[in-house]
Amino acid sequence: MDRLLNAMTIACGAVILLVLVSVRRAHIRVEYSVSWLLAAAALVVLSRADGVLQSLARYLGFLYPPLMLLLIVGCVFVIMFYRFSIIISKLRDDNIALAQRMAILEYHLQALKDQNLRP
Amino acid sequence: MPTPSQSPLLVIVPAYNEEAAVGDVVRSIHQSVSGVSVLVIDDCSADGTVAAARAAGAEVLCLPHHLGLGGCVQAGYKLAFELGYQYVIRVDGDGQHDPADIPRLYEVLRTSGCEMVIGSRFVEQNGSRTSPVRSLGIRFFRMVLRPILGKAVRDPTSGFVGVNRTALALFSRSFPLEYPEIEALVVLQRKAFQFQEVPCKMRPRAAGRSSITTLRSISYIVHVLLGVFVNVLRYDRRLRTGARGKTKG
Repeated sequence: MDRLLNAMTIACGAVILLVLVSVRRAHIRVEYSVSWLLAAAALVVLSRADGVLQSLARYLGFLYPPLMLLLIVGCVFVIMFYRFSIIISKLRDDNIALAQRMAILEYHLQALKDQNLRP
Repeated sequence: MPTPSQSPLLVIVPAYNEEAAVGDVVRSIHQSVSGVSVLVIDDCSADGTVAAARAAGAEVLCLPHHLGLGGCVQAGYKLAFELGYQYVIRVDGDGQHDPADIPRLYEVLRTSGCEMVIGSRFVEQNGSRTSPVRSLGIRFFRMVLRPILGKAVRDPTSGFVGVNRTALALFSRSFPLEYPEIEALVVLQRKAFQFQEVPCKMRPRAAGRSSITTLRSISYIVHVLLGVFVNVLRYDRRLRTGARGKTKG
């Protein structure tokens, strides 16, 4: 049990580090790093606070507390994938609308230029 | 490009890497319908599609990056709507649609009162052939769409379509972006618009290879089916909301 919890702590610590480095290098925007950092920090706390983990597992009916933690990790990822799917879909729609608008404006601009060039 | 006051019809040609075929398509359109405006929408081709289209006498709307068929066609609809065109007919840039059929589509579009006309391979037996997988997909979607549309549609995947200004206004605001042909029919149905099929002959591709492989056909079926059901759900929700609104009022 300890080994699994230790591995989870290390993995979550690595996620926190990776996200912070990515934010510093501007690969991830701060607004999108918050959910990663909060989720990873909560998991670090849970994997280290044995008493909290035990009582939470007992309350939810889990015989093996690390299994509950794995389940929480899975749920967190599913929620985050869902959230990011929504964000990506919106960005894609905005991107298409912008590209279309830009193409149409360029077309109008070219038409105006051609009109002005005519004697 | 002739203005809408000179010719109320605009022919749009979505094209992606169709350098070898698009010039002939544009010239054939001009031969079939004299004085018509032709707008090629270039979906960020890597080849000489833009130059070939311009050389053939078309206006070109260049998209800044690849949007896919739905986004490409919608850009054409948006521009046509802004410019004030009354009718728009879409002809694919690969040469499969015969521009000689445009006058018939246009005539039906003007006289029938339908918001959309579809150039259909299967209204009459005209020797048009499709691959077995595609043919199976078409049969499947005929079956799915029959109860949704309340009438039979023989060629739901045809991209040879014409729309009037009412449908143009709708499509310039809301148009299915990935696989537009079938979903567009459901969008029309949601607005209680009418469509009619006109017999047309499809030709083999003039050049290049179709992007629709067997695997993509299956992916197409799954995507479109999902898109159709999402549209039906939206339609049902609006009906229910409308009914509640009426009860309250």
